[in-house]
Amino acid sequence: MSPDYNPHDPGAPLDPLPGHSSRGRLERVLRRGEFAVTAELNPPDSANPQDVYERAAIFDGWVDGINAVDASGANCHMSSVGICALLTRMGYAPIMQIACRDKNRIAIQGDVLGASAMGVQNVMCLTGDGVQAGDQPGAKPVFDLDCMSLLETVRIMRDNSKFLSGRKLTTPPQVFLGAAINPFAPPYDFRPYRLAKKIEAGAQFVQSQYCFDVPMFREYMKKVRDLGLNEKCFILVGVGPMASAKTARWIRSNVPGIHIPDSIITRLEGAQDQKKEGKQLCIDIINEVKEIEGVSGVHVMAYRQEEYVAEIVHESGVLKGRQPWKRETLPTDALVASRMEHIREGKEENQQEMAGAAAHHPH
Amino acid sequence: MAEPKAAGAAEAKIVKGNAAAAAKAATGAFTPSGVSPSRRSRHKYTVRLWAVRNSRFLEWFYNRFADMFLLLHPLWKAIGYSRVERPVTFVERHVKGFLFDCRMCGQCALSSTGMSCPMNCPKQLRNGPCGGVRANGNCEVEPDMPCVWVQAWKGSQNMTKGDAILNVQKPVNQSLRETSSWLRVTAEAAARREAQAKENQA
Repeated sequence: MSPDYNPHDPGAPLDPLPGHSSRGRLERVLRRGEFAVTAELNPPDSANPQDVYERAAIFDGWVDGINAVDASGANCHMSSVGICALLTRMGYAPIMQIACRDKNRIAIQGDVLGASAMGVQNVMCLTGDGVQAGDQPGAKPVFDLDCMSLLETVRIMRDNSKFLSGRKLTTPPQVFLGAAINPFAPPYDFRPYRLAKKIEAGAQFVQSQYCFDVPMFREYMKKVRDLGLNEKCFILVGVGPMASAKTARWIRSNVPGIHIPDSIITRLEGAQDQKKEGKQLCIDIINEVKEIEGVSGVHVMAYRQEEYVAEIVHESGVLKGRQPWKRETLPTDALVASRMEHIREGKEENQQEMAGAAAHHPH
Repeated sequence: MAEPKAAGAAEAKIVKGNAAAAAKAATGAFTPSGVSPSRRSRHKYTVRLWAVRNSRFLEWFYNRFADMFLLLHPLWKAIGYSRVERPVTFVERHVKGFLFDCRMCGQCALSSTGMSCPMNCPKQLRNGPCGGVRANGNCEVEPDMPCVWVQAWKGSQNMTKGDAILNVQKPVNQSLRETSSWLRVTAEAAARREAQAKENQA
């Protein structure tokens, strides 16, 4: 078993491991066979970095990856690239989501390089919701790539060290590639094959849409195992607490792609404290799905209820037997530290002199 | 951090399918009829659905048709591919436009998509359905439209080479828009055939 810190120098970045495509912790946790836990950060509508750090602190240390969403639901928020830049700086492990709705292939490939340079180890490729779903329905839907060709594009960048055009990269982005699955939307019998397609395109882990119908998910997983897909990719099940039966009913009729069976709503309605019942329901679903063969973790989406994620994860006991870990540094951290020292020393910069020195610099 | 007020506001929002237009109409502002996030050419999908139901026949027909086009390669070459481009594109646009609501992407994938044109998907997905398909099999963006990919999966089940739906499609080359897919396929097949013939000679 390999520790999650560099044995030669605990302050250095993680060593690349054979067979691993990233240096991130999420990939290590999954490849070791531990039950992974990821969560979603609710992106702020502000330019204040503190908002991001406050929201990330809720997950500090015990979540294996924090999804930085890319304008989910086509609503405008702080960009996923920006959130990732802030998070990696503080040693968090973000999963950067890229949606094809807003960016064409030129912008996306640039963002992947930039993200990887900032220390992002996990990239999640999505199609994205339609613009009509969001707060600015008059926007131009881009959809230049789709999730499949996006996966393939990033895989080509990483493995072949090339842009989509064939132009060479000097340093390829070392990222762990993710995708999304929704076993709960028609055409149901095509869904497992679609996962197979995503794996062929480059997906190494997938996070699913909210799972409220465990029998249906079991059926899907049976087909997935028959196709041997659970051995080629790590499957994280999307779960989350429902605040009330009213919310559940609203989501069911207004958010396409989320399937909530009647039994769930009846159970919530019958409870004295619906919020508490919603949390318990989430824990029950985690306990059921973690026993399904081929499930490697959970992705907890608790929109506006992020503070309950800790309770849900702790009470379901999925982190049992986890080894402690240490935060890794970024390759650029030493550089930043030395620059910070200069700043702290309060050294004055004399522009004229410096330009003179630079002008006489041999080149 | 919980903001019950904001959540309540979201619940009050009128979301009726094509959310934007409905919300705007509810305020009493002028809304043109048939507003759609994806350029809609038609309000009924009868012909498109007929094509999916008869995907096996259309597959058979297209194979004959492609062979015929390839047989005519010397003719296209004699006239010049660049000169026949315009009239052929005209015919292709109208024939495929009628049958499949074709969007003239110039790189036809109908044979791999069960004769359901993927460019009619508001997200222009070419590799399968998104996660937003409604329980009744309709589109999340256009609630009255049957999901292009639910149809594609149905259509591909009838086709002899329906497994082509499992191939990963390359991203669309936007520069080929409004060009003839028929001519491009023919020219490429002819070039392959010539290369093969040359190889056999050598």
